[in-house]
Amino acid sequence: MAYSDKVIDHYSNPRNVGTLDKSKKNVGTGLVGAPECGDVMRLQIEVDEATNTITDAKFKTFGCGSAIASSSLATEWLKGKTVDEALAIDNMEIVEELALPPVKIHCSVLAEDAIKSAISDYRVKNGLPALELSHH
Amino acid sequence: MLKLPIYLDNNATTPLDPRVLEAMMPYLTDVFGNAASRNHPFGWAAEEAVDYSREQIAKLINCDPKEIIFTSGATESDNLGIKGVFEMYSQKGNHIITATTEHKAVLDTCKHIEKLGGKVTYLPVNEQGLISLEELEAAITPQTILVTIMYGNNETGTIQPIREIAKIAHSHGALFMTDGTQAVGKIPVDVIADGIDIMAFTAHKMYGPKGVGALYVRRKNPRVKVTAQMDGGGHERGMRSGTLNVPGIVGLGKACELAMQEMAADTARLSAMRDRLERELLTLEESYVNGSREHRLPHVTNISFKYVEGEGLMMGVKDLAVSSGSACTSASLEPSYVLKALGLSDDLAHSSLRFGLSRFTTDEQIDYAINHVKEAVTKLREMSPLWEMFKEGVDLSKIEWAEH
Ligand SMILES: Cc1ncc(COP(=O)(O)O)c(C=O)c1O
Ligand code: FES
Repeated sequence: MAYSDKVIDHYSNPRNVGTLDKSKKNVGTGLVGAPECGDVMRLQIEVDEATNTITDAKFKTFGCGSAIASSSLATEWLKGKTVDEALAIDNMEIVEELALPPVKIHCSVLAEDAIKSAISDYRVKNGLPALELSHH
Repeated sequence: MLKLPIYLDNNATTPLDPRVLEAMMPYLTDVFGNAASRNHPFGWAAEEAVDYSREQIAKLINCDPKEIIFTSGATESDNLGIKGVFEMYSQKGNHIITATTEHKAVLDTCKHIEKLGGKVTYLPVNEQGLISLEELEAAITPQTILVTIMYGNNETGTIQPIREIAKIAHSHGALFMTDGTQAVGKIPVDVIADGIDIMAFTAHKMYGPKGVGALYVRRKNPRVKVTAQMDGGGHERGMRSGTLNVPGIVGLGKACELAMQEMAADTARLSAMRDRLERELLTLEESYVNGSREHRLPHVTNISFKYVEGEGLMMGVKDLAVSSGSACTSASLEPSYVLKALGLSDDLAHSSLRFGLSRFTTDEQIDYAINHVKEAVTKLREMSPLWEMFKEGVDLSKIEWAEH
């Protein structure tokens, strides 16, 4: 399988690998995928509650190079966005940016799911209703 | 300077030994005759070369040169052996016994036999990759005409108890066939002492050329016959028609001669190298050798690294040419059926690497491979949420994973 330069770059130098303190009220955690399916993504956001802006984002991914790249890219994009802007991120933007081939689209879907799931977790922690997470 | 990537996929195929190429060269150029041409020196020279190759092969596996049928490789040999016995012995019975960890060339041939109305038993293996002799014996019926169990496994290197299997087959009047592809030329294979009636093997796994192999078919005690699977000029005692691939056959013969001379030294060197590679990689936590470590080909190891994903791992070891648990038939993301047969979960099967060393592998290459794999696994684990959970003592089986 040939990977795009951008996938290789994110895989070799992943941005924002790590863990945020999930006990904090302003940290939302999304854990999606399953080990048997060969991909598990954990994406976390830290939100500045005053401005509703994402100040930090971290990920850890068990998965193929495209899944690692998708989540690494997602954390880059999340920082500085408001929660609403983050919600609007569509997996196809990731596909385009990383030039993912059709068989790797689900890796980007997983990243979108992880973003939404992290936001939902943040909402619930702050007394808002959970998001309806569509399972692709 | 080391040349990258480093080739450690010698169970898939080996490079051609320069000495083999040298032996083949005249037959690719000046000595081009058809070995079946009886009327002129061009044909005689080709036939002589083919006969010499038969002798070289016969010496390696301790058979009579007349017992060698040349084919296009092990796939064809497996087909010819199994289908040929099924047809030839149809009066006697229609049951064949094999194992779930066989190569596709055997398994798919057996599937074909089932479509033709034959019965096939696929024996399971234990976590070491070995079949049970009791289960084998229990599976035999009066209809059993053939037991076919591979010598050494292509993914794990596991060596089956060939002699015991042959004895059981024979004591019930069945023939014993083995796919010797990974074993011939690597470890001593003696068709008499081992009790082998039919054996498939190929040149390109033992430093010979691709596209040439052989089927050993026993001629006495008992005299075995297989029905030809291709109709034509009746070459190879009527069992395999088609003009012989003389340069390929010369290469196979030379490869066998070299194997005979160098097997002991190669084995000593490669097993020491393999053991070092394995020992070093097992210093990584949660890494496991797949298959028997006791009954194993000397140049192979197959290791799973828990909590790293297979494709990501392959990308991380890009400086090595190795196979992953998605192995041989590639292109699919299906985990290896061989590893699954040993009882591995899908994720452990996916996160495995198969290392196959060769006569040309150097200590320097192994040093590089050790560091490269260690770095990749360590880096991927630092990135793996599963590794973090494992380290925190979370029981991953208790987590409710979102279905996907
Ligand atoms: C055990 C086994 N049998 C059969 C084959 C097929 O051999 P060939 O490529 O010569 O057809 C292989 C090689 O992939 C093998 O490892
Ligand atoms: S995560 Fe499944 S192939 Fe990328």
